[in-house]
Amino acid sequence: MKALLKEIGSGFHSLVTGMRITLGQFFKPQVTVHYPHETLKMPVRFRGHIELVRDPQTGKAICFACKACEKACPSDCIIVEGVKREGERRKSVTEFKLDFTKCSLCGSCVEACKSEAIRFSKDYNLASVSKEEFIMDLFKRLESEQPKPPQAQPEQSKEAA
Amino acid sequence: MSIIEPFRLLLFLVGIMAFVGLNAAYLVWVERKGAARFQRRPGPTEVGYGGLLQPIADGIKLLSKQLHVPPGADGVLFRAAPLLVMIPAMIGLAVVPFSESLVARDTNVGLLMIFAFGSINVMAIMLSGWSSRNKYAIISAARIVSQDVAYEIPMLLVVVTMLMATGTMNLNEIVQQQAGWFWRWNIFRLDVNPLMPLTFIIFFVCMLAETNRAPFDMAEAESELVAGAFTEYAGMGFGVFFIAEYANIILGCAFATILFLGGWQSPFGVWSGVFWFLLKMYVLVFTVIWVRWTFPRTQFYNLLNLSWKLLIPISLSTLILTAVVMKVLK
Amino acid sequence: MSALSALSSGETKGETFVINVGPQHPATHGVLRLKMTMDGEYITRAEPVCGYIHRMHEKMGENRTWAQFLPNTGRIDYLAAMAYSHAYVGAVERAAGIAAPPRAEYIRVITSELNRISSHLVWFGAFLLDLGGFTPLLYAFDDREKILDILEALTGSRLTYSYYRFGGVCNDVDDDFIRGTREFVAFMRPRMKMYHSLVTDNIILRKRLIGIGVISAEMCRQYGATGPVIRGSGVGYDVRKSEPYSVYRDLDFDVPVYPEGDCMARYLVRMEEMVQSLRIIEQALDKLPAGPVMASGVPRTLKPPAGDCCFAVEAARGRLLVRIVSDNKEMPYRVRLRTPSFCNLSLYEEASQGMMLPDALALLGSLDLVIPDIDR
Repeated sequence: MKALLKEIGSGFHSLVTGMRITLGQFFKPQVTVHYPHETLKMPVRFRGHIELVRDPQTGKAICFACKACEKACPSDCIIVEGVKREGERRKSVTEFKLDFTKCSLCGSCVEACKSEAIRFSKDYNLASVSKEEFIMDLFKRLESEQPKPPQAQPEQSKEAA
Repeated sequence: MSIIEPFRLLLFLVGIMAFVGLNAAYLVWVERKGAARFQRRPGPTEVGYGGLLQPIADGIKLLSKQLHVPPGADGVLFRAAPLLVMIPAMIGLAVVPFSESLVARDTNVGLLMIFAFGSINVMAIMLSGWSSRNKYAIISAARIVSQDVAYEIPMLLVVVTMLMATGTMNLNEIVQQQAGWFWRWNIFRLDVNPLMPLTFIIFFVCMLAETNRAPFDMAEAESELVAGAFTEYAGMGFGVFFIAEYANIILGCAFATILFLGGWQSPFGVWSGVFWFLLKMYVLVFTVIWVRWTFPRTQFYNLLNLSWKLLIPISLSTLILTAVVMKVLK
Repeated sequence: MSALSALSSGETKGETFVINVGPQHPATHGVLRLKMTMDGEYITRAEPVCGYIHRMHEKMGENRTWAQFLPNTGRIDYLAAMAYSHAYVGAVERAAGIAAPPRAEYIRVITSELNRISSHLVWFGAFLLDLGGFTPLLYAFDDREKILDILEALTGSRLTYSYYRFGGVCNDVDDDFIRGTREFVAFMRPRMKMYHSLVTDNIILRKRLIGIGVISAEMCRQYGATGPVIRGSGVGYDVRKSEPYSVYRDLDFDVPVYPEGDCMARYLVRMEEMVQSLRIIEQALDKLPAGPVMASGVPRTLKPPAGDCCFAVEAARGRLLVRIVSDNKEMPYRVRLRTPSFCNLSLYEEASQGMMLPDALALLGSLDLVIPDIDR
């Protein structure tokens, strides 16, 4: 009987304590970020999909199609093609195909690249209704963008390596 | 009875329906917002200011969905259950005095009526579970019957205690007896029964169990029975059960306010009115929501143990105590 | 036989029915299916059906290079990816004779323990959700978010880290990481107290967990259950103590053991483990040596000498063992994963016999299963 009364007492006390805690949380500010009205800043090392890096001097892609990334990729989602043009020391990239449907964002390609020619993009809004949009040619993407002035080279590529 | 009386009654019934409908819709909003606050997130915000139009959007969505009767189900019962589930709350509210004159039917068996029709609720949910031909629903139906039977008893014992203390079944009279300062409310009437606050807690717990609210939501138990008796319901069939749940909460809280918290009486003895009734009722409704978002669900045998081994003995002893006290004081 | 005589004779054969809990059911986190033969609310047999998310990780290991399998290790148990990388990296390092520098080992321990806390927090929330309490889930996820932010800033990913490399880790920790982790440790201690008074002491929860789903130490041994499951049955088996790897030998921590074997014991073991992990993290941060985070002289194309090598770690769910067989080629000959969830699930059929449905689901939640970890 005494044990029962004690259990009732402690049980009731535990229920009241629980309710006090949740009421305390009730008056605290909310902790969620209200996407899409608010967005978070992506950390420097954020691993998005990859993109080619432009050489600040020449305005062309640094990549010279050595295919180290292609070999390193565990999911075979990178295809790099390049040609050796007359009068140039290295090959230059003509096609850099990323099959993002297969990519697992592991970052092996960026790590394998010794010339820091690819980096992670900070783009995380990746949604599409068609599969084809995820098979992207990063070289064409780079070409279609306006060449940035030389000082616009961000520090991400260094961090990612 | 004058010639106006039927029209007045009709007007009040329409008013009650509107009250229940509006309350159910906006209690869903309050519940979602409240849950969000307890969990430190914003809750619905997109539809209307602060998500205020969310219940309407949800209602339109539910209305536009197909009312599907699963193959092999008992079609008549399956369709009848959502209709049946609304009846007790509607009729119960018809005898509830919102203020001294704001009552649809001021009858002297009001207390009895609420309980007589309240039992239909169980039957409706049981029918929905039985008729939908779903294993989860059957388990849920079996649970709800034993749960509601178990909790009807302590609740009735509490009400009989109150009946002894007040000496009337007319709800308006019960409220009028509690006029004056707030220590005249029944919950503080320790002279009638020294265990009165405990009686109120028992009543509140039983009300939670009767309305199948957490932590006693054994019938819905989404992590065990998916949605229990309502698993097979789609569209407005489900919507009606949803509305009925909130309607029953409203009725339960209104009833608790009248019996224990002085109904429409103000706590200071002056400026009594419908405002006080609604305030007290919504504080209780908020507590119901608060409880839901704090506790885990009980296990079934614990639920029955609580009722048979704890609540019934205590409520029985308060009943006897009240009888003895009243006899001695007289 | 009429129903009445069946009742009076106590025989209910033929009165049972089967319900499917899963593969789509709110109580199974993932695509586990439990075929439950029920007698009313009582379970006569609960048969787990797995394989819905089988992805052949072991076979995948055989047709890619040693390093290319690293991203896979994060996808076996997505809640405790660090431990899986640790086990695989450890096995390959052992086979190839590479020693990671001490700073890297300490970083591995810190990140693994952070990951263990985040995994236990998910379990805590999901378990409470199984029991019908919704709010603790959100609190737990709020705390977990802090860990994920710390780890994302370090590794670049929130769940599938692939952070460890053969011979070290790929990024060095910075001051932000150390400060953030210290802040988290300081933040988490009072939170644990809050969880105990909100959840552990709650009478409803205690009634639901104490004495429910008792698993004996013997049953754990028979089925090979490890981790918090066996520690909740009174056996103090923890790989970090029994076969210390990395730098766990230098760190002072306790292995919580509860002898009752019921759901409450497993619950308390995990809650206590989070506190111990905080202790480990604090000590490791204090002892964090300077130096490189990658061993020098690790070849770009790794070809471990032919042989057979094992490495076991204490993952969040129990003993994880990676066995690799090398034939001195650039791809493994065989990668074998001994995952804890599979063994922990296998005792479910025996343990759940005769239980009521809600209790059986409490037992399922207390085992802390991650379905991709079962199916691999």
